[in-house]
Amino acid sequence: MASKEEIYAKVSATLVEALNVEEDEIKPTSTLQADLGAESIDFLDIVFRLEREFGIKIPRNELFPEAVFQGDPEFVQNGKVTSKGLAELKEKMPFADLSDFEKNPEVSNFSDLFTVDLIARYIEGKLAAGKN
Amino acid sequence: MRWIWIDRFVEFQSGKSAKALKNLSSAEDHFRDHFPGYPVMPAPLIIEGLAQTGGILVGEANQFQEKVVLAKIPKARFDREMIAGEQLLYDVEILMLRPEGASVLGKVFVDGVQTAEVEIFFAHLDQSRSKQIFGDHNFVFSGELKHLLGLAKVAAQSGKDSPG
Repeated sequence: MASKEEIYAKVSATLVEALNVEEDEIKPTSTLQADLGAESIDFLDIVFRLEREFGIKIPRNELFPEAVFQGDPEFVQNGKVTSKGLAELKEKMPFADLSDFEKNPEVSNFSDLFTVDLIARYIEGKLAAGKN
Repeated sequence: MRWIWIDRFVEFQSGKSAKALKNLSSAEDHFRDHFPGYPVMPAPLIIEGLAQTGGILVGEANQFQEKVVLAKIPKARFDREMIAGEQLLYDVEILMLRPEGASVLGKVFVDGVQTAEVEIFFAHLDQSRSKQIFGDHNFVFSGELKHLLGLAKVAAQSGKDSPG
């Protein structure tokens, strides 16, 4: 099975191709939108490339869920994600590191969750699950 | 001027690949300015031809139910200029095809030699949202492009009829 380093290297190479960025611009904590300039269509491109690169299936809304907080009006109040919303987020995105987001769970900060590291963790989980 | 940048399909494998020809004629308006005395086919029009070949291929894979729109060109490489009088073969294969969209790899050949390679990404416009905006009418595969669909069907049919 691929090591963490190998997975990260492949994820990084995938982002170089999909987002037309230099490899040294990509850091584990880089956010896809703010730091690497990803636009909406790029997310689908990234999904396609990851599927081909790792030979996995990424169901729609699994890695980059759309409208997480629209399922219930109690998920968000006054622009902040509620504890109920955070629980939903944990369930939908177990691969996300929410420690920073929980400190200031403004909905507008949501896109910052999507980092290079998040993709690598998602792939690790996916490959590990495939082994079982 | 009609916005059709391929002349005819020569091969069509549903859901897999398509080949189309484009003859570069001095009569095309753009050659007058691009460039005077040196008629180079503008690269964006070559990409458009590849995108029309690929768009039809992707659309046909879903029986033209989806609105297939060109969303992104992640990569384009041109090895040389292509000039009036040459015949371009657009060879496009589907890399990924999913409900949300598709990606294709398009290659251009002149006399059997590859002259360009372009990756094209198509999105399927969200069914529910595009219906609100555009109604049921599929504006992508209408009008001029319908003509191409006819050509594609003829190519697909002749492929089935030919032995082997």
